[in-house]
Parts: sequence; C-alpha cells; structure tokens
Amino acid sequence: MVFRDVLNSGKFVVTSEVAPPKGTNLDNLRHHIDLLKDKVDAINVTDHQSSVMRFPSIGGCLAIKEQGGEPILQMTCRDRNRLALQAELLLAYSRGIRNVLCLTGDAVPVGDHKEAKGVFDLDSVQLLKTIRLLETGKDLGGNDLDGAVEFCAGAIVTPEANPIEPQLIKFEKKVEAGAEFFQTQGIYDLDNFGRFMEYARQFPVKVLAGIILLSSARMAKFMTENVPGIFVPQNLIDELAAAPKGEALSRGIEIAGRMIATLKKDAICDGVHIMAIGREEVVPDILAAAGM
Amino acid sequence: MKSITKQKPFDEIKEQLADFDRVFIVGCGTCTTMLKTGGVDQVAEMREKLQELGKRVSGEVVIPTACDEMTEAVMKENSPAIENAACVLVMTCALGVHRLSLYLDRPVIPALDTLFIAMEDTPGYFHEVCAQCGQCVLGETAAICPITACHKGLVNGPCGGTNNGKCEVDKEKDCAWTLIYQRLKEQGRLDLMRRYFPPRNYQVVPRPRTLKIP
Repeated sequence: MVFRDVLNSGKFVVTSEVAPPKGTNLDNLRHHIDLLKDKVDAINVTDHQSSVMRFPSIGGCLAIKEQGGEPILQMTCRDRNRLALQAELLLAYSRGIRNVLCLTGDAVPVGDHKEAKGVFDLDSVQLLKTIRLLETGKDLGGNDLDGAVEFCAGAIVTPEANPIEPQLIKFEKKVEAGAEFFQTQGIYDLDNFGRFMEYARQFPVKVLAGIILLSSARMAKFMTENVPGIFVPQNLIDELAAAPKGEALSRGIEIAGRMIATLKKDAICDGVHIMAIGREEVVPDILAAAGM
Repeated sequence: MKSITKQKPFDEIKEQLADFDRVFIVGCGTCTTMLKTGGVDQVAEMREKLQELGKRVSGEVVIPTACDEMTEAVMKENSPAIENAACVLVMTCALGVHRLSLYLDRPVIPALDTLFIAMEDTPGYFHEVCAQCGQCVLGETAAICPITACHKGLVNGPCGGTNNGKCEVDKEKDCAWTLIYQRLKEQGRLDLMRRYFPPRNYQVVPRPRTLKIP
C-alpha cells in the first residue's frame, strides 16, 4: 500500500528513518533498510543530517525502492536553491519516490563544512507550496512542465518548543501550504503532547509522534540541554540511570515501546516516527516492546 | 550607519606587502576611527609594525571620510609621499579602498576586512540591522529584519532550531522570529505572522548592483 493510503487507512502508522553513510559503502544502509522495510510503513532518509555531508537522501531513497520499501525523501532548503530543489523533485518522482518531508534544514555552522554557504533560497513552507505547484504542471518560474509530479508531502513540528505559539503559527502555515502529515521532533512528556494533539486535531493532517530512542541517562540529559525542542522529564532520566550496568539501552527500548503502546492504546495521535539515531537494528525490538 | 571592519591577521598583511618595500598608509576619520581599526592611533601602530618589518613608510594620512569625493583632494595633497611609496596600505572599509583606487596608480592593499553595516546599539556594540536585500519587510515584521537577524534569513517564521528564544547557531544570539513574535503580539498584529511570504526575489537589482538617480 502506498504511504498516503496507509495514512488515510485509520491504522496506527509507523515510520522510521535511516541515515546515509559518509562515503559510498552502502552495506550498512542496505542492512538497515532490509531490517526496517517490512516492519514499518515508510522509511525516511535524512538529508545531510546536522549539516554533515553524506551520501544524498535521494540516493538512500532509491536504495529503499530497489529493496522493496517505501521511502520518504527528506528535503532541506539548506543546500539547494529553487532550481535544484525542483529538479530533485522531478528526479524523485520519475524514480517512483512518492513521499517528501519538507524541512528548513539545520544551520551550516553546526555541521562539518562550517565555512559553506547556507542557501535557504526557499523555506519549508515555500517548499511545500512548490510541491503543490509542480503538481499543477507549472514550475516556480511560471513555465509548463512536460510531465508533472504527485507527492504525499509532510513537514515537521516541535510540540515541546518554548515559546510554543510561534511554532504553532508555522505549523498552520505548513498545513495551509499543503502538508498532509507531520512527523514531530522527539517527544517524551505525553501529557504535554496530548495537549498539542488536542490543538492539532482541528487540522486535516496526520500526526506521527517523534520517538527518539534514549540509550543512556547521559544521552537523555545531553539532549535536554543541547537539542532544541527536546525535553526529557527527570523521571525518565532517573529510570535510565537506575538501570543495571550495561542495561541502559534495553531500558531505553522499554521506555520507547511503552510510550508507543500508550500513544496507540489511547489513540493520542495517528502514529509514530521512530528515530534510533545509529541504532536502527533495535527498531524491531522497540516495536516488539510496544506490542506491535 | 557604520561600516564595520576588522583588521586582517598581520601575517596576511605582511604577505600582501611582501613585494613592496615602501608603503604609504591611509586611515579614515569616520567608521574605522569609531571602530578603532583605522583611526590616527591604529595608523601609527601600523607604521611602527611595518617599520619593525624593515619597510619604509613614506607617509600616512587619516582622511575625514575616505569614501566620499573629497578623498581625491587629499590624495593630491599627499602625492609626493604617495609617489615615494610602492603601494598604499588602506585602513578604511572597502568603500574607501575602492574610492582610493580611483585616484591612485599605485597598488592599493586593504589592511581591513569589511564585515557588515550596522548601528551602534550601546557604546562599542555594533549590530547588523540591514542586509540591503532590496525588498524591505520591516513593515510586516515589527521592524525586526528576519533577513538579517535570522541566521537562515527565513521569512515564514522560526525554524525548529530555536530554543528558549535563542538561535541554534549561538545560544547567546536571540532568535529573530521569537523577537518578531513578541513584538507583533504586543502590537496586536500576530495576523501578520500568519501571512504567507512567497519565495523572495534575489534579483531586485541584479549584481553588480548600480542605481542612477534620474
């Protein structure tokens, strides 16, 4: 089933993601794709995540297609101007990629090519609009396309942002621009997320809660202190810290599974997006812990 | 408005002067004096450093405003000393370097890097407020420029990198869109933030940019 149909089927949707390698050795990427493709409904491929130069997102998506999975092409506005973004959408469509996640992209100085020029010719809202425009058979220059595109387009939102209102205004702009689904930044406080969902429910979009695997108390604390929009409550940090030596990761898997099970049981949102950040091989364990 | 400058690393200046044994130095009495990068004192310091290097400094002058046309007269007044030099080392912003190059046949070497144009918010603190994009949005953004004040120049609201009102590239820097949000909210004009801004025109005046008053 294509991803849009899965989103609209009413089932609890599960997506996950893989990160392309720095280099041309795709063994690990292909291994992760094999591991995930039958366990999740679609697999995101990150686009130079954290502004670190890697094998391209579209290359990873093509590998997913070759291996029989359903890819979600992550596209940031950091590295390509409007010509290059549109061209890549044409390429993606021509090769059977049907899902795009539109992001602004991390800032250049946080990555590994600190002196590069950040492009940001378009932003995430404009990129969503561009997709909808290309679907009408026109490009941003007002010219006709010989063969249009059609995508299931998504975006991201940060339910734990502080202040939250500017993020919600942008969320609404993304909805109006044509986003059909949202994958959220990692969430840990389900009460807070529930309040966000009460608000988000008024819009005709599907929301997949971002589940970032916690691998240790230290990692949880680091993320809270350093990653924008991530807040791990102290009780979860304590729970990880209390795990016997060598068992923090399995405790993290348990926590992620428990959260997913609750989100599903209480029908809080439409699905989850699992980010295992380098530990993709445990995603099936997380799903098992969630009873899925 | 001030042109903000920073002195180049001395090794770079040294390298650029490698082929020249006699140097004339020019400073500016306006922006680089205020920035302490090309005023009377910095020109004197540069003279001493060049002399230590074994260069002969044939003369020096601090022009009141190096970028305006009065500079031509100052160059004429100093022409004997300038003719005695193999090059002119310029401690003004790039506008001054350009102006000088119109009047001199000698190589003109900048000693400073021109960083941005700015306002002085508090003494000694210079803040870039305009990127001269040619399409002013200040009327819709509560007079805070997202092109300049947002690291990514975003026009449709904050990115996901903002955290507690700060920017992902520097925890000391304010998130422009949080500031815009707060000010629009105070003004009861948050509807402006909900407005969609289409892709910007980066060719308002195609580069190289020129303008002629009719």
